[in-house]
Amino acid sequence: MSKARLMQGNEACAEAAIAAGVNFFAGYPITPSTEIAETMAKLLPQAGGKFIQMEDEIASMGAILGASLAGCKVMDATSGPGFSLKQELIGYAACAEIPCVLVDVQRVGPSTGQPTAPSQGDVMQVRWGTHGDHPVIALSPWSVRETFDATVMAVNYAERFRTPVMLLMDEMVGHLREKVELPEKVEIYPRRKPTKTRAEGYQPFAPEADLVPNVADFGEGYHIHVTGLIHDETGFPVGSPKVTEESIRRLHEKIERAGEEIIHTESYFMDDAEYAVVSFGGTARTAYEAVREARAAGVKVGLVRLMTIWPFADKVIGELAAKVKGIVTAELNYGQIVHEVRRAANGACPVSLCGKYNMRAFEPSEILASVNEMVKEVEG
Amino acid sequence: MKKQLRLSGSGGQGVITAAILLAEAAVAEGKEAAQSQSYGPEARGGASKAEVIISDETIYHPHVETPDLVLAMTQKAADKYYSDLHKDGLLILDDSLVPETPDFPRVVRLPITKLAVEELGKSLFANIVALGALVRITGLVQLDTVKEFVKKRVPPHTVDANMKALQLGWDVAANVQ
Repeated sequence: MSKARLMQGNEACAEAAIAAGVNFFAGYPITPSTEIAETMAKLLPQAGGKFIQMEDEIASMGAILGASLAGCKVMDATSGPGFSLKQELIGYAACAEIPCVLVDVQRVGPSTGQPTAPSQGDVMQVRWGTHGDHPVIALSPWSVRETFDATVMAVNYAERFRTPVMLLMDEMVGHLREKVELPEKVEIYPRRKPTKTRAEGYQPFAPEADLVPNVADFGEGYHIHVTGLIHDETGFPVGSPKVTEESIRRLHEKIERAGEEIIHTESYFMDDAEYAVVSFGGTARTAYEAVREARAAGVKVGLVRLMTIWPFADKVIGELAAKVKGIVTAELNYGQIVHEVRRAANGACPVSLCGKYNMRAFEPSEILASVNEMVKEVEG
Repeated sequence: MKKQLRLSGSGGQGVITAAILLAEAAVAEGKEAAQSQSYGPEARGGASKAEVIISDETIYHPHVETPDLVLAMTQKAADKYYSDLHKDGLLILDDSLVPETPDFPRVVRLPITKLAVEELGKSLFANIVALGALVRITGLVQLDTVKEFVKKRVPPHTVDANMKALQLGWDVAANVQ
């Protein structure tokens, strides 16, 4: 027997988090994310970590932020309704630069919507759910195996940039069981540590060369003040326009300067493609099938899959729009990422939406129909 | 080779477990497998389904489009889930629980729940009886591989009964073409 085994997407997320060094999980289970909390509850204590089921969603966020400040690597998992309730503290984590990973296994909304029914309707909420100008990193895996890799990546990005990182999953992948072979070892980005002593003038929120501060953990021997108010390098609030402007700019630039390195996309059948489907997550699997069927019928179409949702792949989509005659955006919602695709395409080619919001995942024939419609519209 | 299977019944009959076991065995034998299920209100009391795709190649679209085989363990499930079967596909009905046979060319009625109750004393084993039958009918995986995964999954004191359930299913499917 090989090392291959059958595994569920949600289980892969939990196992990857532990492999990446997550040693504190607090959550309030909600379908279709529940198996992440279940698996964490079982495996995390065995790995020496702590699992806490909290009284509600915002308390779960509070618990992971506290644990992160005390030196733990942390994760919390939920679905759209729970994700809404965490927004206040997601903004706090962005402002106070607290590393954390939030998993959102999306279901149909708004509100409590349709429990467990697949959807990709939280694309914009992960970006703009919390108020104010803030950067976000969001990753959306399309397979159980990639869920493992994306979770490890999310934990590492959270630590490297000291920012909340969103793992934007969907029910199709979260509840899917398929064959995986997991890596024996993963690369881990360690917690950033102070490089100066107090005597040498250590300032907890003074940025390093990569614009990220090496904030000491509580209990590490430094005096630390943490606040959601705009603060200077000491960590204490200041009412200065200059510091405010510099802070907000630095929060964005620390991620923007990583640029293409954190924007992961994949292309399939694109070499001679005249048309493209842009998709992500579980829907991209169905799009792949649709593209294959279109190819068999002689339509030169390819697939561009976004694994990194935020920051948006402006360059990839801009270049794609300059190359093809039309783009179909397939997403399981009323139309969200399509607006970003249109913005990045900037009029270079027509962009259409293949959307769906009736509790059911796509069938390949539905995406195929949108491709044929686009071809008809362009070719006349 | 790509086979699409749909196992249906009502919540609590264990069709998801049977589907997982099939997929686990397929993966252990080097094949690709994708297993999914319907949750929510329809899984509680109404008709629920678990799906398995087994293939030699990477599986992209993860859900069954045109099943090659449908197992139905309630009348409701039989009525709801046979309609998109492949024209040469096979519909397997639990003889004890599906009184009315849907209008379909290839239908097999097996006494799945009856065997579980009469031979093992509990309808609880019906899903494993069904699994034994499916293994023989589809020929997709070896019975011995499935046995290993059943042993791993069930409570230790029920291993013997579950092994017997698998065998009952295997035996009752002997003449299914």
